[in-house]
Amino acid sequence: MDNTQTARTERNFVGLSPVDYRGKPSTLCPGCGHNTISNQIQQAIYELGLMPEMVAKFSGIGCSSKSLNYFLQRSFGFNGLHGRMPTLVTGACFADRRIKALGTSGDGDTASIGLGHFKHIIRRNVPMVYIIENNGVYGLTKGQFSATSDLGLELKHQGKNFLPPLDLCMEALISGAKFVARAFSGDIKQMKELLKAAVMHNGIAVIDVISPCVTFNNRDEALQSYTWGRENEAPIQDITYVPRARTIEIKDFQEGETREVRLHDGSSILLKKIDRDYDPTDKNAALDLLTESYKNHYFATGLIYIENAPTNIYDEFDFVEEPLNRLTPDRLRPEPAALERINQLYQ
Amino acid sequence: MEHPTTNTQAESSASVNDFCMTLCTVNGSGSATANTILYRALFNMGIPTSGKNIFPSNIKGLPTWFVIRVSERGYLGRVPYDDIIVAMNADTFQKDLSYLPEGGVVFYADHLQKPADARTDVVYYPMPIRQFVRQAEVPRNLREYMENMAYVGVVGQVLGIPLENIEYALTKHFGSRQNALESNLNMIKTGFAWAAANLTKQDRYSVRKLAPLTDCILTDGNNAAALGALFGGAQFCSWYPITPASSLVESMIAQNPKLRRDPQTGKNTCIILQVEDELAAAGAAIGAGWAGLRAMTATSGPGLSLMTENIGLAYFTETPVVIWDVQRVGPSTGLPTRTAQGDLAMVYRLGHGDINHILLIPGSVNECFEFGWKAFDIAEHYQTPVFVMSDLDLGMNQWITDKFAYPDRPIDRGRILWEEDLARFEGSWGRYKDIEGDGIPWRTVMGNQNPAAPYFTRGTGHDEYGNYSEDPQNWAEMIQRIKRKLQNSCEYLPEPILREKPGARLGIIAMGSTDPAVVEGQDQLEQAGLPADYLRIRALPVCAAVREFLENHDRVYVLELNRDGQLYGILIQELQAFSQKLFSLAEVDGLPMTAAWVKQQIIVKEQQNG
Repeated sequence: MDNTQTARTERNFVGLSPVDYRGKPSTLCPGCGHNTISNQIQQAIYELGLMPEMVAKFSGIGCSSKSLNYFLQRSFGFNGLHGRMPTLVTGACFADRRIKALGTSGDGDTASIGLGHFKHIIRRNVPMVYIIENNGVYGLTKGQFSATSDLGLELKHQGKNFLPPLDLCMEALISGAKFVARAFSGDIKQMKELLKAAVMHNGIAVIDVISPCVTFNNRDEALQSYTWGRENEAPIQDITYVPRARTIEIKDFQEGETREVRLHDGSSILLKKIDRDYDPTDKNAALDLLTESYKNHYFATGLIYIENAPTNIYDEFDFVEEPLNRLTPDRLRPEPAALERINQLYQ
Repeated sequence: MEHPTTNTQAESSASVNDFCMTLCTVNGSGSATANTILYRALFNMGIPTSGKNIFPSNIKGLPTWFVIRVSERGYLGRVPYDDIIVAMNADTFQKDLSYLPEGGVVFYADHLQKPADARTDVVYYPMPIRQFVRQAEVPRNLREYMENMAYVGVVGQVLGIPLENIEYALTKHFGSRQNALESNLNMIKTGFAWAAANLTKQDRYSVRKLAPLTDCILTDGNNAAALGALFGGAQFCSWYPITPASSLVESMIAQNPKLRRDPQTGKNTCIILQVEDELAAAGAAIGAGWAGLRAMTATSGPGLSLMTENIGLAYFTETPVVIWDVQRVGPSTGLPTRTAQGDLAMVYRLGHGDINHILLIPGSVNECFEFGWKAFDIAEHYQTPVFVMSDLDLGMNQWITDKFAYPDRPIDRGRILWEEDLARFEGSWGRYKDIEGDGIPWRTVMGNQNPAAPYFTRGTGHDEYGNYSEDPQNWAEMIQRIKRKLQNSCEYLPEPILREKPGARLGIIAMGSTDPAVVEGQDQLEQAGLPADYLRIRALPVCAAVREFLENHDRVYVLELNRDGQLYGILIQELQAFSQKLFSLAEVDGLPMTAAWVKQQIIVKEQQNG
């Protein structure tokens, strides 16, 4: 039985098959890391058993943003402007707070033109999954340096990069993100588990996915290449998402143990230690990890930081629970008496 | 105690309820409250009055002027002179004197040095206001503020404003803050009593009570716009602070909790969110509009420059959103605290590529309210950005205006489809399909659970179903349909207002806040033997009534507050057949238009043309 046949017969607990979560055929380059991400997004949403209509997709401009069309065809999608994806989500999310917002962005989109919006949507804690498909290069404009390109990177028409890269996990952390992860397109199991946990996180969840560009930036020594990634990846934990688990508190853990982090909705993330102690609830440890991994040229992946997020931006506005975009006109226009009072007041 | 001195005899002809008075103060000194009290007291006397704040882009210490025009005949435009000045600012005293005509009046704080070569053809009333403040034992931090209150009493007494009207104005201003009300009233009474005992009326200006203006209210355009938006069912407003638009959203923030609690749950139904810049303000409003919320933002010229790319996205994705442009003087940072109509040409075609927009142009505070709610209906009806072109004069100044009228039609959410509605189309629905033949498609919004509802919105070329398309024919059809959709919108937009004069062969076209100046200028032209009809355009694109107006007049002057005649430019482009009849009269210096300018410009042009 081939994959498609399996996909047609398989069902998740809302009765849909993986096919219901697919998108349009990808027009990205064969082997592009972004295609892997698209596949894992649709797989994660399928396994979570979310109706596709309960997800809304957003993106900016670039290859990563184009990929929005290649998964979840049955979800509303908005492919907007370069770097401005977070602004669209900020407005749209208030229309129906049941909807899970999911944004895909690239390193050009997020680290350069949209860096301000990236940091500010984190400050606002708009509940969404913010995925950066980070390949360290501009693909759609054919091979220019991005703000995550490594120092000294050489590209065909650009020469040598003289600027140091930004670390987007670092930027997310210092902006106050309560869910920060790094994944690799060459490690699909980890990516899928991170995605599931991110979707269920009650606030903004940032996942920086190193996603090689096979056309413009995949030389073996390049920081965002498949080879470099495979040779240097050092997952900080083995991660499993467990839906709606029993009540588990964040526990201290010792070597060899598994740490369980409970999410707002009652589901949890199991983090199994790999080769050293790492406490993802310690922000300083997270910053140290990022600094050290860049300095020592290894590629730390996994759940870098998580903090319980009991509230998000919705809690600041005390607005109606039901979808705001379904309120009938009689609930939107004040009564004539209210205007009469104003007219009297201004006399 | 120094006594008033007159160096010339005041002219014998009395001027009752017809003068212009400027209060010359230092910004940050608390003069705004005093000026508002005077203004409101005059309004309470039933006298048509306008108040314009000419202020610096500064917090404290620079000169500011508050200009009150009193006109029993109801002319409320700016005049280019003062009859009375209240001099509270030593730095500008000499220059402020120069705006007075012979026989004009000067109230001045007697601690100011009267210029040595001060004019001798005006009436001086020195006011010992520091003495009042000293005697009242005002706390140090309130002294400067109270000095302003003191002149309210003196000026009020000399002009003949009854204390009861001043007291009413104070009550309106301070509401239930009894202590503030009392201390202010006491200071005013001190000034009032002193003036009655020590000043002899020597000038010709005074006020008298008229029938109360019961159908009128006093407020500013930004507040009216905010209320209009809230009565229009605004659900989302993202914004970034900018003068002179900030007070629009700040009024929304203040009024939202009072007006927009859901009658069923008591929860908020309108979200107001300050964001990181104007790009985000536009982007978030567009995201909200796309998702089915009545969404808006408010800004001024520099903000619009930043929003431009987003506006193009909204236009081409056919996303409803309302954008208030409270215009200030550009280009660049320009004059942030002065008024102009200089954004019109930019906004009409805001964005790159083939683009044009619906613009509403309110000409009164009342229309700021009316267009405030109508803008949402229009934006959702046509699924497009709608701009409301206010300006600083309208937005930030207090105006006497007609009472707000409750919306006379139900909220129009446009063509929006929910789960059960989609069945009607039996699978033939497409987001950009012109099913009704008028260019306006049907749309679904995020949250709709029908599997057929979701579609992919993109700023790139798309076909009727939202799929990516580079097909030449598809592109041409798509961009023509959007054009047709907007051309058809004229029937739904506020129609122009015609003010006719018997026997007029000349025409005047103007827009927005210049209305009072144009009306007065039109009347003066009639008296000068040049009757002209006046058409006030209240929306773009250009509608049939404008064409008709041009057909029926020999020459038409287009008056506006910008350098190049931007409305004129749009008219000659859209009504090319009439280009020989159209003449541009445009000027900008940061101040509101005056009737004197209207009259003089048209007379000069007529001499050239006639």
